[in-house]
Amino acid sequence: MEMFFGFLKAFAVGGALCAVAQVLIDKTRLTPARILVAYVCAGVLLQAMGLYGRLVDFAGAGASVPLTGFGYVLAKGVEKAVDSMGVIGILTGGLTGAAAGIAAAMVFGFIAALIAPSRPK
Amino acid sequence: MTNAQYKKYADERAATSPVLKNTVKAFLIGGVICALGQGLLYLYMWAGAEKQTASTLVSVTLVGASVILTALDIYDSIAKFGGAGTLVPITGFANAVVSPAIDNKAEGYVLGVGAKLFTIAGPVILYGTLASVIYGVIYVIKSMVLGIV
Repeated sequence: MEMFFGFLKAFAVGGALCAVAQVLIDKTRLTPARILVAYVCAGVLLQAMGLYGRLVDFAGAGASVPLTGFGYVLAKGVEKAVDSMGVIGILTGGLTGAAAGIAAAMVFGFIAALIAPSRPK
Repeated sequence: MTNAQYKKYADERAATSPVLKNTVKAFLIGGVICALGQGLLYLYMWAGAEKQTASTLVSVTLVGASVILTALDIYDSIAKFGGAGTLVPITGFANAVVSPAIDNKAEGYVLGVGAKLFTIAGPVILYGTLASVIYGVIYVIKSMVLGIV
């Protein structure tokens, strides 16, 4: 039963974050690329305010899978790095926290581009 | 109903109904992708991963799945229906990384694949990192004031 609610919360929170983005795309001049940038920055901001971690605790993948979750990982990485290494953590923390996601996208992306046939323009 | 009234009615319908429809579709598709992520999270935790490691593995798995679906031209078909529901999850980010890389393969592996891989990833990583560094400065100052660092 707890698992059922876990799925439900992930569905509802993740869906809601996507719905907000859809309204922004349809009602403003925000392009998809700007939405992604805005969501990552929003994730950093919300964690800076101490909020996003709570949403992750509540909704699990519903909060960590949307791109705001990527921002959260960046901010969380900075917190950890500063706590353990001091000032230098300002620079190292973000990318360290997000390293797995970034490296996966780059490596998988490269392999896909290597294998996929060129698309006619 | 007068012409003016009808025009107002028609405009309202035209303006609001697609937005509502798109929003519902984005909610459903985005929700399903996140629920899938939750399922993977349970799976990895069941297999013994810590919560944070499991969460990272979920991101990596979803990125991989999205890359495969993009290369097979399937992700874009889902995206036509799901709109922001396929954009906002990390699968949308992965799609935006791979798609231009494949499209520009003809330009070669340095300025084609290598550069175009970062068409979307570049700005996302740049502004995300920038925001995290700004937060880092604030976090250090806050920690100093509180006497932690």
